[in-house]
Amino acid sequence: MSGDAEPAAQPDLRLELARTWSTPQGWWGVIVNVNHTDLGKRFMAAAAFYFCVAGILSMLIRAQLASPRSAFVGPEIYNQIFTMHGTLMMFMFAIPMFEGLALYLLPKMLGARDMAFPRLTAYGWWCYVFGGMILLASMLVGKAPDGGWFMYTPLSSRTYTPGINADIWLLGVTFVEISAVCAAVEITVTILKLRAPGMSLDKMPLVAWYLLVTALMMVFGFPPLILGSVLLEVERAFGWPFFDPARGGDALLWQHLFWLFGHPEVYIIFLPAAGVISTIIPVMARTRIVGYGWIVAAIFALAILSFGLWVHHMFTVGIPHMALAFFSAASTLVAIPTGIQVFAWLATLWQGRPELKLPMLYLLGMFVVFVMGGLTGVMLAVVPFNWQAHDTAFVTAHLHYVLVGGFVFPMLAAIAYWLPHVTGRQRLPRLGEAAFWLIFVGFHATFFFMHIVGLMGMRRRIDTYHAETGWTLINALSSVGSYVMAFGFALFLGDCLMQRFVKRRAAADPWGATTLEWAMAIPPRAYNFVSLPSVRSRDPLADEPGLTQQLKRGEGYLARVREGLRETLGVETSTGRIEQIVVLPGNSALPFIMALVTGGFFLSMLAGLYWIAPAPVLGVVVLACRWAWQGGARADVGPLQIGRGERAPPHPETTSTPGWWGSVFTLCADATFFASLVFGFAFLWVVAPNWPPPACIGSISVEAAIGIAAPMLAVVAVSFARAALRRGALARAMGACMAAGVLVFVAAAGVAAIPVLGKLPDVTAHAYAAVAGAMLAYLALHLVIAFVMLGFAAARLRAGYMSALRMHELAIVEQWTRYAAVVAAIVLVILLLSGACR
Amino acid sequence: MMWRVMLIGATGAFALVMVLLAAGFLRPGGGAPVSVGAWLGWGGVGFVSTVLLALLAYAFTVGLRLAPTASPGGVTITATAEQWRWRFDYGPLRSGGTEAIMVLPAGRPVVVQVTARDVIHSFWVPRLAGKIDAIPGHVNRLRLQAAAPGEYAGVCAEFCGIGHRSHGFMVLALDEPGWNAFVSGTDPDELSPWTLR
Ligand code: HEM
Ligand SMILES: [Cu+2]
Ligand SMILES: [Cu+2]
Repeated sequence: MSGDAEPAAQPDLRLELARTWSTPQGWWGVIVNVNHTDLGKRFMAAAAFYFCVAGILSMLIRAQLASPRSAFVGPEIYNQIFTMHGTLMMFMFAIPMFEGLALYLLPKMLGARDMAFPRLTAYGWWCYVFGGMILLASMLVGKAPDGGWFMYTPLSSRTYTPGINADIWLLGVTFVEISAVCAAVEITVTILKLRAPGMSLDKMPLVAWYLLVTALMMVFGFPPLILGSVLLEVERAFGWPFFDPARGGDALLWQHLFWLFGHPEVYIIFLPAAGVISTIIPVMARTRIVGYGWIVAAIFALAILSFGLWVHHMFTVGIPHMALAFFSAASTLVAIPTGIQVFAWLATLWQGRPELKLPMLYLLGMFVVFVMGGLTGVMLAVVPFNWQAHDTAFVTAHLHYVLVGGFVFPMLAAIAYWLPHVTGRQRLPRLGEAAFWLIFVGFHATFFFMHIVGLMGMRRRIDTYHAETGWTLINALSSVGSYVMAFGFALFLGDCLMQRFVKRRAAADPWGATTLEWAMAIPPRAYNFVSLPSVRSRDPLADEPGLTQQLKRGEGYLARVREGLRETLGVETSTGRIEQIVVLPGNSALPFIMALVTGGFFLSMLAGLYWIAPAPVLGVVVLACRWAWQGGARADVGPLQIGRGERAPPHPETTSTPGWWGSVFTLCADATFFASLVFGFAFLWVVAPNWPPPACIGSISVEAAIGIAAPMLAVVAVSFARAALRRGALARAMGACMAAGVLVFVAAAGVAAIPVLGKLPDVTAHAYAAVAGAMLAYLALHLVIAFVMLGFAAARLRAGYMSALRMHELAIVEQWTRYAAVVAAIVLVILLLSGACR
Repeated sequence: MMWRVMLIGATGAFALVMVLLAAGFLRPGGGAPVSVGAWLGWGGVGFVSTVLLALLAYAFTVGLRLAPTASPGGVTITATAEQWRWRFDYGPLRSGGTEAIMVLPAGRPVVVQVTARDVIHSFWVPRLAGKIDAIPGHVNRLRLQAAAPGEYAGVCAEFCGIGHRSHGFMVLALDEPGWNAFVSGTDPDELSPWTLR
């Protein structure tokens, strides 16, 4: 094997790496690029763009509220403005900004050459672009969403928002969420598998822990909102009454689904920023972080608590007193893990000799703003106070103290800290400091006053007010403050752009940092490291002087190019022992095409052309097969030399591949989606008015028996296929896969028979039938997925992509077949039991 | 009262963090390892949870007092919100309901049953009680009591569309004779000496 020859010193190693990892010039290069550095930068730039757009909208809000009886815009436009401001800031700025930062930094900090699924990175990027274009276009034609960023039903249902505005929100945001879930799965797997050898979990840089937990929270937090959006869109488009109280639906179901996402969302935004803080503070204080283990525990505690707390956004919907007390207590509990982090940062500053460089200045701003936001948050968690302050400008002020203190200031610090890494240049002195003071002072002027008008009774989301209220002066001051702040942001942006013209090159490690992203040439090359490091401590650059040079000389791992393949190392999750060579895909236009076709689906839904919608769905299935077909290997090569006298097998020849893990976490997200649907069913049954339904599902024992038994047999058949493959009996394995496919098909036919034979009551008549129909559709979808995958597996077996050594693809197919079987059992048993609904 | 307690507590906590922060920068020396247990155990966990416990205990007792409970001599009124009107019904007490104006007896506990006909609204009379959402298909209860006769402004506190800003109503608290006249059918406009209209 060619890879076996240990390349003692490849003179043109860098050239060859550059050739292997490069992207073509020009537009084609833009489309086929899957490199994490480039896509990370794109995400951050686009997020900055949306911050400006949403920022301009907030300036319009403040212009409108600056004086009483303002006639600047009427309520129709005002409602669109604040809805879009909130929506763009939350979905198009905050989440993508952190995704971009994670994409850019993670492989570099972990000592890898790219993310685990480069094409998925690109697909997420294009979904974000196209989804954002839908939202922007709606704004330009004056049909933007206008129901507030949490889109409560029934206000957002067809009756009360007949126009396209709400559809734009539901479809546009869901499109962008796909991108977020892709990123979440990818970040999780990258952190778990693609680290430098020797980097056990407890040697990871803290920010990797933060990003890991954030990504996991997204895996479990976004599906409820996606489900809610799908249900609401189906209600709007086809009249299935999930949320209509007159037909057994309930407006509160939307609130639960929304806040099940929305509350964790606040922490999804905060945690990456906290990770940035925990990275920068020790460097600025020239020491190491205090309480690594405490912080990791606090992050997990925060994540878990935040999922229990969604009800705290619903204190005024009429919840029993004891339940209120419970949630109130639990909401204040999050202050403890947050407090641990704040004290860890303070202790780190005390332990070191902090210097007031620009990133630190922004972090000081963070301390002031975020702590104040946290304290008003504790106040709001106290129920009697919440009853008074809920939905006033006090809440708006609190929210901005938390979001700006907990996210925007840390991100500004991050930009100041890592921009030299991105550009390789130094910044101009003093501009950044001036920007800081404008932003800091302007921010307090804007929002501190909003606390006060809020306590004076000014509600949020009102387009104007009377002079007699006495709020005029305070509002005017607040508006002036917001312009000062806007000026500060403009100056900050100018400072960043100026770096293009500054010719002074930055030092290799300008801050004296200790994490691996500084152990490379800046600006970074597409392959990050000439050779990959082996890590022995949490601060590799501090503990191993000369590491950077060693890596550049090719003295680390994988200092070679094998057959033009992009390679990086995969490790055993907890110990960081070398496990596999991960072969990554090269440039590809597939992500772009797939995102376009996905966009075709969303556009046909938006335009109400429902009969076209199946075509892009089919297109996505075909493209997904094409996507999965690329890669893999058709021959066993055995463990290869990776340098430093060690060997590792290429990933297709191992079991715990990134693809396998990616599939596991995708299934986690999928299962959360399903669990939310089942929760919805139970919730409506117990809580919603106008139950029991007029008609229950008919007798379906035959269909259910087929639908449950056939997938179970398919699972058995797939196990059989695996056993056969392990023995090398390819033909048998193929036969078993095909048999499993047939069984799944039979199950799908059995499930389809339920509506076809008229056993499902009218889905537009009552929420009962609507949810039952939704569950059946979900089940059918998963049977189809399993069917396609089994066919795919058979074809791969035939084409020689599997062997007794290369089994991981079949393992993934087995996962999905099992999942379909479990879903079938749950859905059909629920429907059988609900036959006695009256 | 509750507000003042919280303000003092919050200011204290904020000042503590700021002093620690400033000292980290200004104090001479530094560079020596600090005690993790003292900072994170006592500061992060100990200090924060003490503050929280005190606050919660206090809030819980206040909350109990505000909870809606049936009390003798109480009056029950149903408030129904829709885009963009408020309707009030008095059950068996009075045959006709009122619109945009809610009449109640001063000095007596009143339970308001709040619901909506179309979208979600929220019933809020800032000077009398906290807010409670008006949700179609659900009935929420709120207890309130007007200490003295008078007029109290009420607003809708959940975004409900174009007319949200002006979706308000008036609460008219009457003394005993006024209330008796009202329940026997007198028009509320004739009973309100304070009305500016
Ligand atoms: C940069 C300066 C900013 C200013 C001047 C500003 C101003 C405002 C104002 C005045 C409102 C209240 C609108 C109303 O109730 O009528 C508002 C709402 C909101 N803002 Fe901001 N904001 C800023 C930044 C941000 C950021 C960075 C985020 C999030 C990351 C954010 C998220 C929101 C959200 C979610 C709402 C609620 C929208 C709704 O009620 O549907 N804002 N903002
Ligand atoms: Cu209203
Ligand atoms: Cu309203």
